[in-house]
Amino acid sequence: MYNPFSLIGKKIFVTGSSSGIGASIAIESSKMGAQIILTGRNAVRLNDTFSQLDGKENIQIVGNLTNLEDIDSIIEQLPILDGLVLNAGVLKTMPVKNITTSAIEEVFNTNIISSIKLVQKLLKNKKINKGASIVFISSISSFNVKIGNSLYSATKGAINSFMKVLALELASQKITVNSIQPGFIKTRALSSGIITDEQLDAHAKIYPLGFGKPSDIAYACVYLLSDASEWVTGSVFTIDGGVTSNGGH
Amino acid sequence: MVLKDFVQVFAGQFDDTPVEEFTPSTIFMELEEWGSLVALSIISMIDEEFEKRVTGADLRSVKTIEELYNLIQTK
Repeated sequence: MYNPFSLIGKKIFVTGSSSGIGASIAIESSKMGAQIILTGRNAVRLNDTFSQLDGKENIQIVGNLTNLEDIDSIIEQLPILDGLVLNAGVLKTMPVKNITTSAIEEVFNTNIISSIKLVQKLLKNKKINKGASIVFISSISSFNVKIGNSLYSATKGAINSFMKVLALELASQKITVNSIQPGFIKTRALSSGIITDEQLDAHAKIYPLGFGKPSDIAYACVYLLSDASEWVTGSVFTIDGGVTSNGGH
Repeated sequence: MVLKDFVQVFAGQFDDTPVEEFTPSTIFMELEEWGSLVALSIISMIDEEFEKRVTGADLRSVKTIEELYNLIQTK
């Protein structure tokens, strides 16, 4: 069957794939024919994602990408990649005047520094194939900001800027590099207690299409990982159910 | 942290309201300066000082600073 979005034969590494958007990207990509390599910190949740993958060639590696030794060991276990999805991220909310050094380190290490180190080491070790696709998961928070989210927004903005430079540097190898900035996706990470259901319901009202599902982001990611997007690089894709067109609340 | 110190740290999250206005029986949501930014400050201060997580709903469930202090002890 004609399918320019097929991922058959591609080896794709997805970080932060224990849950939410990362898990959905891994699962949908496997259904499109890719061989998936998963990583995440929580072995039980990682295995839960792993069990939902299509195909028999998939690999799971438990590890913490903010730990340099883990990065080295993960890279050793990786095949040459046709796709890389950088999805690991944490959110910490506090006003600027209450920011702590530990919060800066946690948010920056997880959301951007670990991705930079991983990409650097993958390139140095020639683990990224010519013609491969790299996708960063940013957030509409890079420009559509809320009080208390300065650290998160700063890292998501950094992802978009880093992505563009990487796109330029890898163009000669026909490696494409893009980012997706999702609006609010209902996932476990965002429903872990700080936000009440009533607040969520109120927030949903400003989304013309309601909240997104992880698969809404995963399908865009499939496109960016496929050969259909071979001329797409350095682009930021906003996928947000229309919320930033709605006055940017 | 004893209640007296908590009132001081609580007051420290406000920029304009004088410290003297804060007592254990202060109904904090009635303060003119109260708002979402101050609420975020209180939540992150409790996280830092007590290593406990309170939510916006927790803040709304109490009236006075002392009640909030007592709520934190139950977490």
